[in-house]
Amino acid sequence: MVETINVDYLARVEGEGALTIRFKGDQVEDVKLRIFEPPRFFEGFLRGRSQEEAPDLTARICGICPVAYQMSACHAIEDALDLRVDDTLRRLRRLLYCGEWIESHCLHMFLLHAPDFLGYQDAISMAKSHGSLVKRGLRMKKAGNAIVRIVGGREVHPINVRLGGFYRAPSVKELESLIPELSWACEAALETVRDFSTFDFPAFERDYEFVALQHPEEYPFCEGRIVSNKGLDIPINAYDDHFEEQQVPHSTALHSIIRNRSEYFCGPLARFNLNYDKLSTAARHAAESARFSVPCLNPFKSLLARAVEVVQTFDEALSIIQSYTPPEQAYMEVSKKPATGFGCTEAPRGILYHRYRLDAEGLIQDAQIIPPTSQNQKSIETDLYAIAPQLAAMPHDDATWLAEQTVRNYDPCISCSTHFLKLKVERS
Amino acid sequence: MQARGLPTLAVWKFASCDGCQLSLLDCEDELLAVASEIRIAQFMEASRAQIEGPFDLSLVEGSITTPQDVERIQKVRQQSKVVISIGACATSGGIQALRNFRDVGEFMSIVYANVAYIDTLATSTAISDHIQVDFELRGCPVDKRQLLEVINAYLNGRKPNIASHSVCVECKLRGTVCVMVAQGIACLGPITQAGCGALCPAYDRGCYGCFGPQDTCNTDSLARTWLSKGKKPVEVEHVFHSFNAALEPFSSAGEKYG
Repeated sequence: MVETINVDYLARVEGEGALTIRFKGDQVEDVKLRIFEPPRFFEGFLRGRSQEEAPDLTARICGICPVAYQMSACHAIEDALDLRVDDTLRRLRRLLYCGEWIESHCLHMFLLHAPDFLGYQDAISMAKSHGSLVKRGLRMKKAGNAIVRIVGGREVHPINVRLGGFYRAPSVKELESLIPELSWACEAALETVRDFSTFDFPAFERDYEFVALQHPEEYPFCEGRIVSNKGLDIPINAYDDHFEEQQVPHSTALHSIIRNRSEYFCGPLARFNLNYDKLSTAARHAAESARFSVPCLNPFKSLLARAVEVVQTFDEALSIIQSYTPPEQAYMEVSKKPATGFGCTEAPRGILYHRYRLDAEGLIQDAQIIPPTSQNQKSIETDLYAIAPQLAAMPHDDATWLAEQTVRNYDPCISCSTHFLKLKVERS
Repeated sequence: MQARGLPTLAVWKFASCDGCQLSLLDCEDELLAVASEIRIAQFMEASRAQIEGPFDLSLVEGSITTPQDVERIQKVRQQSKVVISIGACATSGGIQALRNFRDVGEFMSIVYANVAYIDTLATSTAISDHIQVDFELRGCPVDKRQLLEVINAYLNGRKPNIASHSVCVECKLRGTVCVMVAQGIACLGPITQAGCGALCPAYDRGCYGCFGPQDTCNTDSLARTWLSKGKKPVEVEHVFHSFNAALEPFSSAGEKYG
């Protein structure tokens, strides 16, 4: 009988977290996902900085998904300034975001999550018996990184993103250099969905509230309404009215909930469930042939949702490149005025919300940043409560591993999640 | 995980964005080759397997910002033959060292409703402020080719071949026309250490200092040039006080114009 499951330092996640599940008899008594990642106070030092710096400064919140921070920052500030970038720039942004989803998803699928399903400590030991799978994953990841490098300048903390667009638009030749590898990757991505669909997924379902962006024509990246499968349907600027953050003693990351309801689930599985009809034909076929259909309530199948999104993003990247004509100007002129703006984009791990209040000089007066991992934190803990009866009946090492795998379903990025703004200061 | 007799590598994380250790996983072509030459003893971002120390080589990412981490970094040093700090957080305190110039209590109350749960230091400091470090690899993030070079050098007992000249030299080497001279764009390249390959000027943008100050750089002269090109003092302050804000002479230069 398992009494306590303790994981002092969660592996194969980005950042520092720990997990404790305490049982009394076969009843679970307490679950704590403890985040001890030290806070870095981004919202604090953003105050007084120039609006132009926001994309570069907030990128440093996360080395895995810097583009998401850059996109949410740009969209929020452009919203304040009533600026909309033209269609070519918009498509270039989508292309850059495709690159980040691919590299982030491939990192998680092949190097961090697949070892759980195949029973290895890590991808390097897994490569001994599954060499072709790991090598394919690394090559797909590299193809995603190549997009970020060419459009963004470098893989981690891209240098080419600015308010209003880019510092320099890539040439047709630069983008065309990506085509051969992306064409290979489209096939490799389909093969990956097939391979992953043969994995043994633990039988586990929960009645989730999935939350994602929804756009009338596209699989969501940077724009749309925030919707859920339980009736939420709001514009981005109503985020604060519908969501709230709660501080808990055991975590330096705040917990998010939907007001007057409870926890929710964002990320690839939420997007897949809420935007299935916006997937490309190839991505939908891949899901169908893997018998992966909506609604899917099994969080372990987030792996499949990521794999389908990788098909989707390789497809879209290739199609953007094939129809690319460089914009006349790499960026639109950016004004300054006192205003508040809201941005929410789909980071690889789910919705990433930014809000900025700006002054007439273009300086940031106030910033709020709510990353996906903090939003998923309460859902992760609730999953652990729900799966605990299964854990209680397992040998200790197996139970510990399955508990970790349950956390890794969310691809938590703990470095991101530790720095939020709570507007009301309540000192006790 | 690997055969005995291979040198052991440990990767440690302190306050950071994970981007520098990710650079190791971003070496897609080299990752499996590197893993066959070393024994990965600790790399929590990549593996749940952990092997006890001592370690031949420790890579340290992140800065020191909590009382617990002040203790933890000492243990890393005690267990490691060679310690290399990687990235701006580890070599300068990183972007989070902006707290060093302000009141951290004010920052905390902006972010957290109840500061009683939060245990943090008033400063964010470099690893070398706490322990003897064998080599510091700059960058926000580090350059992955430089990272491979440093690992390779230490595993083979030689000095890493890492340039200490400025970004300006890199622009000349890659044939980029000077953005400051030709386009009047404010650029930190003349006083920033090389390492990125002069990326920003190649994208029609001025360098913004990811690799920190180059040795013996003249911040005043560059600041005067920036001011003459219409930059405001606060903008000059911000450019010095970014990812390497706590490193001299960027630290004092930022305060001078702030």
